[in-house]
Amino acid sequence: MAQGITPEKLIKPPSQGTGMYKGDSNIDDRFGADKPSEEFAQYSDPLREIPDDLEVDAEKLITDTKVKEVLHQLNTELVALEIVKERISEIAHLLLIDRLRRSIGLEAEAPTLHMSFTGNPGTGKTTVARKMGQILWKLGYIRKGHVVTASRDDLVGQYVGHTAPKTREVIKRAMGGVLFIDEAYNIYRLDNERDYGQETVEMLLEVMENDRQDLVVIMAGYRDKMDRFFSDVPGISSRIAHHVDFPDYTAEELLDIGRMIMEQQRYQFSSDAEKAFQEYLQIRLTRPHFANGRSVRNALDRTRMRQAIRLYDAVEKGRKLTKKDLVTIEAEDILASRVFDDLHALELPSGNGEAKGKSKPRAKAGASKAKK
Amino acid sequence: MATSTGLIIRQGTFSTLPELTDDEIRAQIQYGIDNGWAVSIEYSDDPHPRNTYWDMWGMPMFDLKDAAGGLYEVNKCREAFPNSYVKVSLYNPKLTKQTIGLQFMVQRPKHEPGFRLVRSEGPHRRIFYTMEPYAAEKPHGDRYED
Repeated sequence: MAQGITPEKLIKPPSQGTGMYKGDSNIDDRFGADKPSEEFAQYSDPLREIPDDLEVDAEKLITDTKVKEVLHQLNTELVALEIVKERISEIAHLLLIDRLRRSIGLEAEAPTLHMSFTGNPGTGKTTVARKMGQILWKLGYIRKGHVVTASRDDLVGQYVGHTAPKTREVIKRAMGGVLFIDEAYNIYRLDNERDYGQETVEMLLEVMENDRQDLVVIMAGYRDKMDRFFSDVPGISSRIAHHVDFPDYTAEELLDIGRMIMEQQRYQFSSDAEKAFQEYLQIRLTRPHFANGRSVRNALDRTRMRQAIRLYDAVEKGRKLTKKDLVTIEAEDILASRVFDDLHALELPSGNGEAKGKSKPRAKAGASKAKK
Repeated sequence: MATSTGLIIRQGTFSTLPELTDDEIRAQIQYGIDNGWAVSIEYSDDPHPRNTYWDMWGMPMFDLKDAAGGLYEVNKCREAFPNSYVKVSLYNPKLTKQTIGLQFMVQRPKHEPGFRLVRSEGPHRRIFYTMEPYAAEKPHGDRYED
């Protein structure tokens, strides 16, 4: 230790009135989101005292917050899902008006934006949830716009005392953005009293209530299971302001989705292929385990594989490929699907017997090739 | 014992400023996160300036995106140890740095009794001075009860 320094020098002189004591920190500042701008701070009762005809600069704010951009993006990127778009547009407008109110000193508590997305498999719940981060960020509701996806594994611990830190870790990581809990009904298991899911649920409830400004929680899951989850855990349903039910897609909407996926991957349907795909969807719709958008995506993935085999065979036969070959999906790629096989086996009427006849050997050739 | 001197411990960045509000703490943590620094919370009831080994409140948070998570832990720590010193450390993990980038106190006990000057006589009648916090007379854990 340095000997030249006297302890008197180490101790700083008493501070008087510098506000170093705890009592000085204003509790109201904690999470104190938006304060009215200073020029209005003089009004103790803004509702009465701010003149009624005070003008607000709405146009500027609308361009600033990109509301239009967000809504446009939604419309172009999502097929159908009118109810979802409607909800988001409601939220967007509310947030906008809230900001306007705040700009002239009227208080506006941040609305609760926790959501639950319910619907059948493949209806776009996860896709929309992932987009919500960006949307809410553009609207200025959350500060960062990242989406943290969590499932039961990430939240619920294995032994006593393991759950709380685990859940807290995830919650902290998601702060400033969106916490997306997929298959949320898995968290809580009613049949097992000693399950630690209860602890997670309690922590989530607390955070959803107290840290609303910092975190948006989106829960998604299948309709019936989520309904059971909500009835098993009272209090969670009422903390979620937006219950959005995703409807199943119609055949046309599915076709639109298919077209969009193809476009994103730089493929094209030939006109025959489009007809065939339409037919394919009609049949698939009636089958069990049909998973809407997901089934469309899977079907198209398989179609691409069949196209690849068809092109490979063509090259082996000495044909020259062009760019057009590479981007075009032909009807036979679709008609080789097993869905049509079953149809044939059941001897149901089909409008495309010829094409199927041709496609049959192709499918077999593909299979044998794959084995090699 | 002597009456309260009004002395308080000051250490870390901003040590001469008035106590930071939560919004200010949040802004500082955000600054650290934006620089890619890890946030950690530490607490202690040993006010000696040479006490470098504080207890950690949870793990350092390397994966925060937003300061709200840091402030959340600060508040949890304040709740659990309402009468301890609490500080936030922002660790810069960059190669060649790997050190604390910013560290500041966010809570102190309500009453700090101060320090006693301790003299001890060495060889040749030399006097060695050191100081000892009055609070440290009591065992760890009982030091700052109201």
